[in-house]
Amino acid sequence: MNGYYITILHGAVLTVGVSLLALLVSIILGLLGAAAKLSGNKLLVALATAYTTIIRGIPDLVLMLLVFYGGTIGLNHLLALTGSTGNVDINPFFAGVLTIGFIYGAYMTESFRGAILSIPKGQMEAAWAFGMGRVQTFVRITAPQMVRYALPSFTNNWLVLIKATALVSLIGLKEMTYVAKQASAATRSPFAFFLFTAALFLVYTTVSLVALRRLNARFSLGAKRATL
Amino acid sequence: MKWSVIFEPQNLALYGNGILTTLGLLFSSLGIGAVLALIFALLLTGPWAPLRWLVGAYTYVMRGTPLLIQVYLIYYGLGQLEWIQARWDDIWPWTYFKEPFFCALLAFSLNTAGYTAEMLAGAIRETNAGEIEAAQAFGMSRFQVMRRVVLPSAMRRTLPAYSNEVVMMLQSTSLASAVPSMLDVTAAASRIYSDYYLPFEAYIAAAAIYLVASFCLIAVFRLAERHFLAYLAPRQH
Repeated sequence: MNGYYITILHGAVLTVGVSLLALLVSIILGLLGAAAKLSGNKLLVALATAYTTIIRGIPDLVLMLLVFYGGTIGLNHLLALTGSTGNVDINPFFAGVLTIGFIYGAYMTESFRGAILSIPKGQMEAAWAFGMGRVQTFVRITAPQMVRYALPSFTNNWLVLIKATALVSLIGLKEMTYVAKQASAATRSPFAFFLFTAALFLVYTTVSLVALRRLNARFSLGAKRATL
Repeated sequence: MKWSVIFEPQNLALYGNGILTTLGLLFSSLGIGAVLALIFALLLTGPWAPLRWLVGAYTYVMRGTPLLIQVYLIYYGLGQLEWIQARWDDIWPWTYFKEPFFCALLAFSLNTAGYTAEMLAGAIRETNAGEIEAAQAFGMSRFQVMRRVVLPSAMRRTLPAYSNEVVMMLQSTSLASAVPSMLDVTAAASRIYSDYYLPFEAYIAAAAIYLVASFCLIAVFRLAERHFLAYLAPRQH
């Protein structure tokens, strides 16, 4: 009985791994998406808008099943075309990381775009007037302030992303939800196992919330707050 | 790609059944969730501190744990409790706990109630103090101020955030497919995938259905916002 709790804790490590890697993917896609949406290039704007609209209109689970099952068949077709006879199975870990990263990249695009838009335009113009290039302006002026404006919605996205990792259990990754379900089937006492898993998720979201609040306080230093 | 398979009558019927289940789950959980959310929001902003903490803890747990685990806890977990086992064969209302639809519905309603309650409570707290003072100056009681002034305005101001919650809920109903013998749109797609081994066609069809449903819901909420929030819109003339 106790062994199952240890296995669930091992699964928790996988949950943390999937969520952090997916976060990395989503931040990269979010920055690219925000840059595309703000670029003014019609094609890029249309592409990024299609990405954010379509992804946000489809359930995470459906996309994940599409990538996992569809991707396996698609890859095997490709392999067959190249003349190889081997069969590949997509690793549920990478399918999960890529799908969740791809989905939350769409949400990150919107938070980063909003954050960049909230920075007064005069600051970037001042940087250009000082002779800074686009990259210098981004690194020195835009990025540090963008973090402050983006943090509240980033926090929300991160919490939703953590909870979305439970879905990876449905494509067979042995993270904690999966282990809890197996343990319940084996011992016929599902209540305690699911409660334990829920508590672990709650710990994870609580720790994230506290850490991100501190980060927010750090990045808001020197920001004037209007009081009524 | 063999799209013709999707359009065979029996498969179209499968998707049709799925749409009915998904929409049924969505609207009933939203309805039950809305009633619960109203009660919870009033308690969250109410004068009784212990109830405030209790409801606060409830929304915290609901918003901090995955919906999938909540569904599992209710569907698999509650069935383990002897107290429920002793009752679910014949004593109403415990007989419902044997039905997958009811278990999914219960989990979804409790979940959306947690999110909606916090939104509504936020809107209630941010009601303009002048409006409340004016109502008190007219001699309205606490209950009257709530019913006549605070709630009508707070519910309207919650509309934009609530439209997000409704679209999120539509997508969350896909988790019903994780409960055996529930046939929603996602489960219909999974069945077609396993029957014909056509994952792209099956899941893209499901994705298209969800996409259309999301757009319809967003359009309805846009109309509702134009009607109910007209007084907050920027002046046109």
